[in-house]
Amino acid sequence: MSELIVKNLQVSVETDAGSKEILRGVDLTVKSGETHAIMGPNGSGKSTLAYSIAGHPKYTITGGSVTLDGKDLLEMSVDERAKAGLFLAMQYPVEVPGVSVSNFLRTAVTAIRGEAPKVRTWVGEVKEAMAALNMDTAFSERNVNEGFSGGEKKRHEILQMELLRPKIAILDETDSGLDVDALRIVSEGVNRVKANSDLGVMLITHYTRILRYIKPDFVHVFANGKIVEAGGPELANKLEEQGYAAYTTA
Amino acid sequence: MSTLTTNYLAPSGREEAWRFTPLKRLGGLQIPETSTTSEISFTVKSGASSQVVFKEIDSADLTPSYDSDDLITKRVRQEVARTSLLTIAKDAELTEPIILGRYCTGKPQVSRLVIEAGVNSVSTVIIENSGDAQIGEEIEIIVSAGAKLNFVTLQEWSSDAIHLGQHHALIAKDGEFNSYVITVGGSVVRLNPTVDFTGEGANANLFGLYFATAGQHLEHRIHVDHKIANAKSRVNYKGALSGKDAHTVWIGDVFIHKGADGTDTYELNRNLLLTDGARADSVPNLEIETGEIVGAGHASTTGRFDDEQLFYLQSRGIPSELARRLVIRGFFAEIISKLSNETIEERIMDRIDNELSKVGV
Repeated sequence: MSELIVKNLQVSVETDAGSKEILRGVDLTVKSGETHAIMGPNGSGKSTLAYSIAGHPKYTITGGSVTLDGKDLLEMSVDERAKAGLFLAMQYPVEVPGVSVSNFLRTAVTAIRGEAPKVRTWVGEVKEAMAALNMDTAFSERNVNEGFSGGEKKRHEILQMELLRPKIAILDETDSGLDVDALRIVSEGVNRVKANSDLGVMLITHYTRILRYIKPDFVHVFANGKIVEAGGPELANKLEEQGYAAYTTA
Repeated sequence: MSTLTTNYLAPSGREEAWRFTPLKRLGGLQIPETSTTSEISFTVKSGASSQVVFKEIDSADLTPSYDSDDLITKRVRQEVARTSLLTIAKDAELTEPIILGRYCTGKPQVSRLVIEAGVNSVSTVIIENSGDAQIGEEIEIIVSAGAKLNFVTLQEWSSDAIHLGQHHALIAKDGEFNSYVITVGGSVVRLNPTVDFTGEGANANLFGLYFATAGQHLEHRIHVDHKIANAKSRVNYKGALSGKDAHTVWIGDVFIHKGADGTDTYELNRNLLLTDGARADSVPNLEIETGEIVGAGHASTTGRFDDEQLFYLQSRGIPSELARRLVIRGFFAEIISKLSNETIEERIMDRIDNELSKVGV
């Protein structure tokens, strides 16, 4: 049983015009097996929440705390957070020229698990995970994210999640740029990992579309750098009908 | 031994060709008064066969097939008593690379090597340089009609070596010359890889990789002369720099003369600055005297580590030091993988890894 606890998190970012506050006190707890949808308009700070928890150097934590199973994530380096069991599926996965997917996956899995995977089982493990995501095996010889289509990038993110076996995963706009088929494949991948591993999920999205495939237990409305309303799945239906206007005009 | 009767002058440092080079660190190789020896230093380490001849001849019996205005080349031609000649027979198809190795000790010397790849031959020649040399050299490479030659020169010198030279390729009709200049060692390395096409349909691919650490000066001055129609050239040099006063210079001169219609050329130089205090000079030059060409272009970039790449890798549990190495290995992979020789690929990468761990990257 794992637990990610975000308490009164305040984050700012340095701009040319000085320091700008983006997160204004976020409180959120995600436990194993739970799926939390974080929904909000563009620019509300949803992605900042994701990247701050993962430790992106661009963001400065000015207050609050983030713990995973009681350990202070904010004190850890980016890789230590991943080793502690955190995973961030990025909206815009980064190209790494000259580094093959297979080399990348093996290096990451070795780092996370603390030992190199057994050659005998590893190849099969990767093949199986790729097949489940409708990925051709030739994919592993390509360079990380280089020349990938939007759908390929997102599938590659979920593939990593499957192999790295995190405790808590943050999916940042994983639905963006996906057609219906790709969205279904990616969502099935998330559901499969959840079914097999008791993964806790923080699902960041602008649209309710992905919630038809990945059912949230909780829905949080995010606006102006904090959670302004929380409820069950029915809250998503309300957003679907009414949009975010009620939360942003205040 | 050299005499004081010379047909060249020492550079002052104001000349365009020498303005980047630290003249005080050349061991006097550029100064006529410095005496040199010219003992033959190459040994054939592997790849000998009935279709390969390696011998030493009197330099006077092998006159150069081109004019050079490089003063080191002039010096070499004047002072080198014996020239090494490597001949690959006509129609030979060699699967094993010919490896010429040399270990040079630290006294001023000059060296001249001529490589002749016979008509329609296919071969790979690898030159392995090690030791603390102070060497001025000329390598003349003749790629005969229809021949394909892969030419690899590895500068794995120790840290106080000085290596100045010109590697000139003459490529005949439908010949293909693929050159890989890998410079990781030495105090000062200054090489001029130059190309002349002597027949249509000739093709030159010039790849380079260099890695400079604190105090190293690594300079590569490429010159591709398109005088003949319908020849093609590609240049791609990649370098990384780390540490105080690590200095690299890349000059990419491509000249498309009048009448060289149908020329197709592109040159590229990328530099990765790993720390503060390092300096990469990158100067592409393209001169075009005819508009009837297929293409001509160049690009040059010099930048630092991409923080987003490092964040991405680290967010997958990969520690920062390993993430940096992955990025550097990836950066060089484009060049290294073209060598198609795993032993050498691994050796170069290991050397780079060692240098990186020394500087704590």
